[in-house]
This record gives sequence, C-alpha cells and structure tokens, in this order.
Amino acid sequence: MSGLLPQGFWTRNETLVAVVIILFCIVATLSDPLFFSATTLTDLLRASIVLGILAVAAMLVLISGGIDVSFTAIAVFAMYTTTVFTLAVAPELPWFVIFALSIGIGACLGAINGIFIAGFGLPTLIVTLGTLSVFRGFLLTFVGSQRISALPPEMRDFSRMMITRGTTEAGNFYALPWAFAALVFVVVLTWFILHKTMLGRSIFAIGGSVESARRIGINVRATQFFVYVYVGALAGLAGIIHGAMGRMADPFSLVGLELSVIAAVVLGGARLIGGYGTITGTLLGVALIVLVQNSLIVVGIPSTWQSVTIGLLILLGTGLPAWQAKRAAARAA
Amino acid sequence: MAAATHDALVDMKGVTKRYGGVTALDGVDFTVHAGEAVCLAGENGSGKSTLIKILSGVEQPTAGTISINGTQHTNLNPRVSAAAGVMVIFQDFSLFPNMSVAENIAFSTQLGEHRTLFDLSRARKLAQSVLERIGVDIALDARVESLPVAHKQLVAICRALASEARLIIMDEPTTALTEREVRSLLAIIRKLKEEGVAVLFVSHKLAEVLEVSEKVFVLRNGKKVAEGPAAEFDAASLTRHMTGRDVPEAPPSAVTEGSKTLLDVENLTKVGAFADVSFALKAGEVLGVSGLLGSGRTSLAKALFGLVAPDSGTIRLDGEAFALGDPIAAASAGIGYVPEDRLTEGLFLTQSIARNIAVGRLDAHERRGFLDLGALMSEATDWLTRLKVKAPDPQAPVRSLSGGNQQRVALARWLSRAPRVLVLNGPSVGVDVGSKADIHDIIRDLARSGIGVIVISDDLPELLATCHRILVMKAGRVVDEIAGNSVTEDELAHRLAS
Repeated sequence: MSGLLPQGFWTRNETLVAVVIILFCIVATLSDPLFFSATTLTDLLRASIVLGILAVAAMLVLISGGIDVSFTAIAVFAMYTTTVFTLAVAPELPWFVIFALSIGIGACLGAINGIFIAGFGLPTLIVTLGTLSVFRGFLLTFVGSQRISALPPEMRDFSRMMITRGTTEAGNFYALPWAFAALVFVVVLTWFILHKTMLGRSIFAIGGSVESARRIGINVRATQFFVYVYVGALAGLAGIIHGAMGRMADPFSLVGLELSVIAAVVLGGARLIGGYGTITGTLLGVALIVLVQNSLIVVGIPSTWQSVTIGLLILLGTGLPAWQAKRAAARAA
Repeated sequence: MAAATHDALVDMKGVTKRYGGVTALDGVDFTVHAGEAVCLAGENGSGKSTLIKILSGVEQPTAGTISINGTQHTNLNPRVSAAAGVMVIFQDFSLFPNMSVAENIAFSTQLGEHRTLFDLSRARKLAQSVLERIGVDIALDARVESLPVAHKQLVAICRALASEARLIIMDEPTTALTEREVRSLLAIIRKLKEEGVAVLFVSHKLAEVLEVSEKVFVLRNGKKVAEGPAAEFDAASLTRHMTGRDVPEAPPSAVTEGSKTLLDVENLTKVGAFADVSFALKAGEVLGVSGLLGSGRTSLAKALFGLVAPDSGTIRLDGEAFALGDPIAAASAGIGYVPEDRLTEGLFLTQSIARNIAVGRLDAHERRGFLDLGALMSEATDWLTRLKVKAPDPQAPVRSLSGGNQQRVALARWLSRAPRVLVLNGPSVGVDVGSKADIHDIIRDLARSGIGVIVISDDLPELLATCHRILVMKAGRVVDEIAGNSVTEDELAHRLAS
C-alpha cells in the first residue's frame, strides 16, 4: 500500500493539511447535515478565489527565497485606481479591458518592488514592508478614500456571470461565478511556469542557493524581477475580482490580509528559507483557512476563535513536520 | 618545450593580479595538459584562489596571457571559460539542495542551450548517462539535500561532465571525505583522466591526492616556488615549499626543577565518557592528552573546564578544590579553555576582533556600573600585537581572519585573563602549516612564563613539538604516560594504536 505512495507521503505538509480538512468536514457534517451540500461547496470555492490567487503569488515569492507583504496593497491600489479611472474616463469599457488595466497597474507596482529587490539587491521583507505603506498611503492620499458602490456596469455584470447555479433539494440556492475560472487559470499558468520552463526552474534554483545560481550562469536579477512583476500582476487580478464580486471598490479592504495569505502558503509546505513550495499544498492551505474563516461556527467553535484556530493550525501544520524532520535527523546521527 | 606548450589544455603565461596595492599573483606561468591531474598547493593567501578565479573568468588578470585549447583569451568571463570546458567545483559544491539530482546535473547544460522550456526527460537521460560514465549509482529523483557529502561531490562532478568539462578544478576536494570516500573519488579521477579530462586539485592538504597526480605546483605569496613531477614530492617537501621554511620544531625546554604542582586531578569519572583519570600538572609544564576519537579525551577536556559535569572525583588548583561542572567556577579559579571548534564554540564570528578578545575582560574594566571602553579596547589591541595577529583592523569581524589568526584571537581572549592553566583542545585544527608552527611557539612561550598547559590533540608532530608528557587515553581511561622527549613519531603512533 505504501509502495503506491511517493516517499515521505505521510510526513508531508500537504497530507497533514488534507487530513485536517477531511476531519473538519466530517465533524461539520456530523453536527450539521446541511454542511455537506452544493451550497457550502460553492460558498467556499467563491471565498477562495481572491485568497487563492494571492496565495499562489505569495508562494512564488517564497520559492524564490524572498517574502512579499506588499501584494495586498498592490491589489487594492490596482483595483481602486482602475475603478476610479474607468468611471471617470470610460465607464462602458468591457470587463476584460478593465481587468487588463488592473493587472497592468499591479505589474507596474510589482516592478517597483522588483527594481529595489533585483536592481539594488535590498532585502525583500524590508522593501515590501516599505512599499506596502507607500502604495497604500499614496492610494488614500492621491487617488481617493471613498468607498465606491456604483461600479462600472461591466464589472457588475462580470460578477453575475455564473458557471453553474441552482437550488439544492433542501431548497438552498447555490452558484459558482466565472471568476472562479480566473483562479483555475492562474493555477495552471503558474504550474506551467514553475515546472515546465527554465524560468520556473531558475526560480526554484535561486531559492535553493543564490550563489550557486549565479555561478552556473542563471540571470538572478532578471528572474527576481520577473517574480515581483508577476506577483504584482496576480495581485492586480485578485484585486479587481475582489472589487467586482464584492460589488464595491473599497480602498480600505484587503490590506491586513497578507499574513493570512502567507499563513496559507506556509501551511501548504512552502518554507520561508526559499526553494520549497507546491501549488497543491498552497491550495490546500487556502482551503483550510477559508474553511476556518467561514465554517468554524458549524463545528461549534465561536467565530471569535478564528484567528486563534488559524494560529494553532500554523503551529501544528508547520511545527509537526519540522519536529518529525528533526527527530529523523537525530536518529540518523 | 615549445611542442609541449602547444598542445596544452590551459596555458597561463606571466599572469599577475593586483588588488589595489596588494599583489595576489606575481608573474605566474602555469600549464595543464589534457588527461593530466595537477596539484596546486599553497597556504591561505598564497594566491591559489586568485588563480582559480582567473582561470574560471571571475577575475581578470592585471597582466599576462591565458590560452585555452590554443586560443588566447584576452577577456575571459565565466561563460567563455565554461564554454571552453573549464569547470570549478567549489568546496561547497554550489548545488541546489531543494532540487533533484537529475536537475542539478543537467540544469546548466540546458541553461547553456538558451532554452525557454525545461525538458525533464532529457535532463534525466543526460544525468543517467553521466552517472554511468563515472560508474556511480545515485537516485535521479532524490533531492540533493538528502545525499551524503560524498554523493553531493559526485553530483557536482557529474554536472561539470554534463557540460563537457575538459578541465575540472576541485577546491579542497578531500576535506569533508572519509578515507574510503577519498579512495573511490581517486578511482573516478583516474577514469576521467583516461578519457582525457584534466583535473586540478587545489588544497593545502594534498598528500592524499598526490598518488593520482602527474604534476605539483606550489604557490607562496603569489609566486610559483616549486613545480615538478608529483613523484618528487611528499607531504614533508610540500609543507616545506608551502611555508618556505624547514619545519622541524624544537621540542620544549625542560620544566624548571622543583616547580610546584598547579593542577591536581584525582579519580575523575564520568560514566560513559571517562573513568578514574588522575594526573598532576606542574607550573610551566605542557601535558598532552591523546587518544583516538571516542577515547574520552574531549569529554575530559570539557570536564576540566566544567562544560561536562563529572560524576565523581576532584580537581584542585593550587591545592584548592573548586565546584565541578561549572564553567564560571572553573574560569574564576584560573582555568581557560579554547575549544576545538572555534567557529561554533569559541568565537563570535560576526563581532569585531577587538570585542572578541575584550569579552572575557568585561568585569575587570567595570567602573561604577559603567564599562571603561577605552581601557578595554586598548588592552585588546595590545594582545593583538603580542600574539602577532595579522589583522588589517581590530574592528573587522573575526570571520574575516584566517584560521590561524582566529585561533590566536581565541587564545588572546583567555590570556588577557591571566589564567593559571590553559586547556587547548585541538589548538591547530583547521590552521595552515605556517600558523601552526607559530601557535606551537606561543604554547611553548606560555609554558615558559609559568602557565600550565594541557594540549588535547591527535596530531602527533604537534604533541611532540609542544608537550613534556603525553597521556594516552583509550576507552575513557589513561592507559599510558609517555615522556615527550623519549619517543619518535613512529613510536608514539605505535603506542597510541596498541
């Protein structure tokens, strides 16, 4: 039986997180039979779109050996600026143009991170802590600080486009928006880049050892620059989807979420030292965090316990494999 | 001669490299032929790393010419050098711990082909064929971090071969290997030589690779001081060329008659480490403690300084017993301990040289709760001069010093406390040959000034050069006591092994 599974399967973060998710679902279904329904599933999937895209972005940075805390500020900046611009200049723009605009703004802001990090070689945490504040402050000071609920009509329409919708036997409404396809697209694209291109393998390589990467001739600066631009673009996409689905452009939203996103990625097995991270793990981490955020109440834990629960899961989810590895090392010595 | 240089794989002529006012390499001629193994020997700072950097295109020479395969290169850069088949295997191997063996071997090849997409199946095929070429079996999909050191080195060699290496430069290739691993490495090197690949060993510890080498080349202070067939060199002559002096050291002068007993150890026992150890150390005496790894010598050394708590027994200094198992008590009684692993146990690597010395004297320079920094630092710099530490700047981090100078800093810290007894565990581990002799000088001087010194070592010439008496430990017990001036190195080796 164990021969069918890859080596170390049971000690992986992915396995651990998946087991916790399954246990959570079993307990939730036992305490509320309605939990196990199309409604819950689509609710959770919908809640994981923005978090999922941001997590894939954060994972890419962790693999490259850096850490980015500015992506939420980029997301909200891109979303709000795009909305303000569209409303002022051409409110009738089709949704995909609006999306492209937000992605473009995100990529430009990411490029600013890239210039500091790849160009000047500054520490990633310090740069992105700085740009987090700068982007957010610039947005609130110069672009605006009003919540806008009258979005461009195409953005509103986008949020109403559904892959599937209907009513369950129990009479509950369920719907999965097309926005979910954006997450699928991001996952497939990122997977392809990471595993099938020299660029992606270079990202893993510099995460493993920058010095070695330089010595075998990898263009470390260009690779890092790409990472931060790509992360900016994904943040722009996540931001505009967040605005459209929430039917409101709120300049105060999203910022503050960055640590939850990084938590999801770390839960999924990415290491802060760089070089390690899987998309499966990241998505499982997102799923667990979304479950905790949305359904904690179902298993009888008050929702005020949310952040305590997430914190404990991080300690358990990252501490257990680390402890196992340490024990294995001690046994080997 | 002209013909020989004509078909040389690498031919450097009159290569000079200056960094500011410092001449790292001075008019060096150097050739390697295909299928040849060459030893490049030299101490730290002799210019051997500069030579590698120039060969691999990382640094440009200030003067001189370099030809590879008969093509003269004026502007060698890493890419050109690699394309010409010059590959460096660094001491740390420069691998990617998080990636698979196959990727580590094949990645630079695919990078060189300027591909956009990564082809895993081709990478695996290439890696497999190179592993077969050197006759080694390593799982292609294993992560490199999970491999033992010797296998990591083989992966690094395979990576060089995958990129069609014609000259493999290996920096300190044997330091991390066991004897058996060295032998299998040498077998692989022989195979590569038959295929026409040249190998350049760069090390200050070359005796092990002499047998597969054709030629030896010794650098000292940036100049070539010896060159010739490997058969004409042995460990002793290499040392002589590297240091520029005949090293036979004078044994220590006899302990002054009637000097009193300083340290008295009685029946010291620590279950599982050592048992019933008793000895006395006189003022001005150097006592060696030797034995194989696991004989209990290191635990004993630590127990003397309180880092290991003995189960029973007493230690008296000047006739007074002090608390065992307490390093602070041991230090205030007047015992100093310089650990074997300076890097992790002895020094604050990122802190300045002066601070590393001063840290042992903080109490002595306290003035009403404040630290008299001026006095503290001038005392520290004074010790730097007394121990001849070659430091550009006492404010530079200790990390920037060579092994020999780091060891002096560790010594200076204790000496500034004026200890009665100094326990030195492996005083010259990781120190180059020249500094080693200097450290031995320091040890003899210390003894002459009346300090009792205990040298824990398995380096026989070191024991003979410094110790009046040598205790031999085996399985935790002192099994033999030898007078230092009564034995030769061979006899000592024999009594250690028996």
